[in-house]
Amino acid sequence: MSDRFPSDTGLLGARLVPLRRPGQWVSAAVVVVLVAMAVHTLFTNPRFQWPIVWRYFTTAPIMNGLVLTLWLTAAVMICGYLLGVVLAVMRLSRNSVLRLVSFGYVWLIRSVPPLVQLLFWYELASLYPELSLGIPFGPAFVTVKTAHLFTGVLAAFVGLTLDVAAFSSEIIRGGILSVEHGQVEAAQALGLGPLRIFRRVVLPQAMPAIVPASGNMLISMLKATSIVSVIAVQDLLYSVQLIYNQNFLIIPLLLVATIWYVLLTTVLSIGQYYVERFYARGSRRGGSRGLWAVTRSNIPLFRNLAGIS
Amino acid sequence: MTRPLVRIRGLRKSFGSNVVVDDVDLDVREGEVAVLLGPSGAGKSTLLRCVNHLEKPDAGFVEVGGEIIGYRYAHQRLHELRPSAITRQRSRIGMVFQQFNLFPHLTVLDNIVEGPLAAGRLSKKEATGRAEELLARVGLAGRAQAYPRQLSGGQQQRVAIARALAMEPRLMLFDEPTSALDPELVGEVLGVMKDLAASGMTMLVVTHEIGFAREVADTVVFLDGGRIVESGPPAEVFANPRHDRARVFLSAVL
Repeated sequence: MSDRFPSDTGLLGARLVPLRRPGQWVSAAVVVVLVAMAVHTLFTNPRFQWPIVWRYFTTAPIMNGLVLTLWLTAAVMICGYLLGVVLAVMRLSRNSVLRLVSFGYVWLIRSVPPLVQLLFWYELASLYPELSLGIPFGPAFVTVKTAHLFTGVLAAFVGLTLDVAAFSSEIIRGGILSVEHGQVEAAQALGLGPLRIFRRVVLPQAMPAIVPASGNMLISMLKATSIVSVIAVQDLLYSVQLIYNQNFLIIPLLLVATIWYVLLTTVLSIGQYYVERFYARGSRRGGSRGLWAVTRSNIPLFRNLAGIS
Repeated sequence: MTRPLVRIRGLRKSFGSNVVVDDVDLDVREGEVAVLLGPSGAGKSTLLRCVNHLEKPDAGFVEVGGEIIGYRYAHQRLHELRPSAITRQRSRIGMVFQQFNLFPHLTVLDNIVEGPLAAGRLSKKEATGRAEELLARVGLAGRAQAYPRQLSGGQQQRVAIARALAMEPRLMLFDEPTSALDPELVGEVLGVMKDLAASGMTMLVVTHEIGFAREVADTVVFLDGGRIVESGPPAEVFANPRHDRARVFLSAVL
């Protein structure tokens, strides 16, 4: 009787027994062991040759390559995004010719692998030996030989910029479309002009949708610039390759490049966090949390420690 | 008699084959409050939106303060105005929306000063001072630094009214200003609108608040199927509607 129908006092006094989850312990243990093995081998395998890594880490050729990678990424992203804004606005305009051209551009560039594009611009001289500035279908004022114009760096810049423009225009267009139309109407009713509406009302509200995808794109572009090594542009990766082609210290030198990429990506990720937080103002009720608080809440171990302390 | 502030003549607007506003004539005099009533889909909001050219009419015209809205008359033709000219016309017509449409990324203060600053009428300091007066007037003094999302619906709508008033409009348009609000918040918004009417503002209001119409309106206009079927002083229209459709509607809502 008492087992089938426990008394209310019995139920109220009963201790809660949480469900045991042995699977969680086993999986965590397996993963911890695997990670420990990976870290252990990093330090104990002499063939990583860490002393050589550190010796080359800040040498002049590496630093020059790093600088080229950084400014090429910056230039490509800035120019690509400026072009991307124009393409997105064209795609959203009332003018059907502009819409179609923007659509066609994005379709074409997204269809061509960036490596092919890069080689294409590098080899432009064989397609158009000279370029002229003048009246369309009329006389030319200035003519330059493309062979002199399209060096490796310029070909890399043009190819990657066109690529970024196509992808960023889609990111920006998505962001603009995510802004409610009522916002534009309210701004119009308030007597704001079209440009001011775009700058003050639409773009700031599109940013929360644009920033995460763009941060992702910036980070992937930082590493994607390494494809310029195929046209002999001395970026970070190609500088490393030049060195190990002479001394055959392949692994340590690849590690040098890898560590630099990891460091730069870390810095960019932290930057992205702050940019996102800036554009999220007005979308939260409470105050904002710092970077450390967010990191801690994403790592359960840290959260538990914080709870105990 | 002086020329009415708002004159609407032969206004027609359709979306596809659906005629939403059908040959509407309407006058609103300076300082008058006109309330547009009618079932949903009667064309009230579209009519209102034609007044500040958020909708382009298919035929007819809207005149505010002697200016044709959105067009310039010359040589027997109505020439469409440039965006900058339409922007200038709109800057003297305030509008309040059902969904408030405050700018969520700007503080209450920045929402209110945006219009005057864009028009280049006031310095930042003057605009801020004026915004604070307006906030006090709608009962929200001290909330200047809040973001819209931190306010209740009723408070947001009062900020929206202050934002529209910051442009010193000669006409205010209200598009169902209380329809998105919880019932207990409706009163505070209607209160602000009553004060505004008492201060002599010319207002064109689309609403379902019969009590407001009865108390504040100088003219009640009843629309059905895009046409004005009944109009007059509220006492007359409510007590003795002549048109069947108006009678059925009013008996349902009164």
